[in-house]
Amino acid sequence: MPAVHDRGGLPCDEPIDRAEHEWADWEHVTNALVGVLRRHGLINVDELRRGIEAMAPAEYESVSYYERWSASIETLLVEKGILSQAEIDAVAATLAARWG
Amino acid sequence: MAHEHPPLHHAERGKRATRILAIQRLLIDKGVITADEVDDIIERARERTPADGAKVVARAWVDDAYRARLLSDARGAVGELGYRLSHDAELAVVENTADVHHVVVCTLCSCYPTSLLGPPPDWYKSFAYRQRAVVEPRAVLREFGLEVADGVRVTVVDSTADVRYLVLPRRPSGTQGMGEDALADLVTRDSMIGVAQARPPKP
Amino acid sequence: MGVALQAGDAVTVRAAEVDHHHRTPWFIKGKAGTVRRVHGAFPNPESRAHGGDGLPKLRLCQVEFRQADVWGTGYRGADADLLLADIFEHWLEHS
Repeated sequence: MPAVHDRGGLPCDEPIDRAEHEWADWEHVTNALVGVLRRHGLINVDELRRGIEAMAPAEYESVSYYERWSASIETLLVEKGILSQAEIDAVAATLAARWG
Repeated sequence: MAHEHPPLHHAERGKRATRILAIQRLLIDKGVITADEVDDIIERARERTPADGAKVVARAWVDDAYRARLLSDARGAVGELGYRLSHDAELAVVENTADVHHVVVCTLCSCYPTSLLGPPPDWYKSFAYRQRAVVEPRAVLREFGLEVADGVRVTVVDSTADVRYLVLPRRPSGTQGMGEDALADLVTRDSMIGVAQARPPKP
Repeated sequence: MGVALQAGDAVTVRAAEVDHHHRTPWFIKGKAGTVRRVHGAFPNPESRAHGGDGLPKLRLCQVEFRQADVWGTGYRGADADLLLADIFEHWLEHS
């Protein structure tokens, strides 16, 4: 069975949904962070893809495009020891509390 | 050309959104990156639009020698018009003719010629497009309103690696004598992905 | 790796199943096609995705397949329809 990202030709009878959405602030940030981290040589696009492909299949299929990028960036930064899961948890909890 | 962009749009933030903003905060606080670097890339990403690709196409329509260079050495040819591609993604251009229609997909992720078209549309990244375009391209094109005649070959380009693909659409009939700027207005984003033809000129 | 691939060469994509990151879609593994163009050499994504330096670079080939060969009767289109995919040379064997 092909890996979850390897989707060409998988059965699908849905029409193409051509609605487009305006990027939210965090989507701009996610896209830009990849650019900045690449410029610093901290991650590369092959690693970004590998991090996306390592997601649990059910999560890969249920979250949005930049949510997949967000998950991969976190995986890579933690794996490389640049940030720790605990400190991301802590700051995320603070932000979530502030935004209610 | 510098111009003011509208402020970023704040949608409801889910878990992943919150976590990426936490990551941004931490990376800046620790001095790994700066806030200016992030803002710079956000601004530059917002400046890229399909109008850039359209200028390349219009030049290729009016200048046969340029078209030949674009098809054989796309990086060099777009460089002639001042477009600088990212160092780590190559560009190739495939030409639609009376006999062959190209359409581009990335079945593995969402590879796209962002340097010339801006970010890809949501549908290009959708599972439905990634799954269907490669195995039933004619049905997908029909959904976009494009019926490809039986005698015309449909060539699907799966953008699997380091090369980003731009489709050179056919020049619409009735455009003899039109200038490059007017021609560029006929070149839509979708025509450069291959899910549409360029627009016909206004009568 | 044998003789370097060139445009016009008949090739078959290796049918290998691998667990690591790679850029060869499942549906062309084991399929026969023709090299249409050699794009040049690029860092090996299978190394770079996992902390390696991607060296030595590998030639990336644009390979043309007949859709009917890729999908058999599952293909909904014309017999002349083609698929192009960019495949690194170590996935290709001369047929």
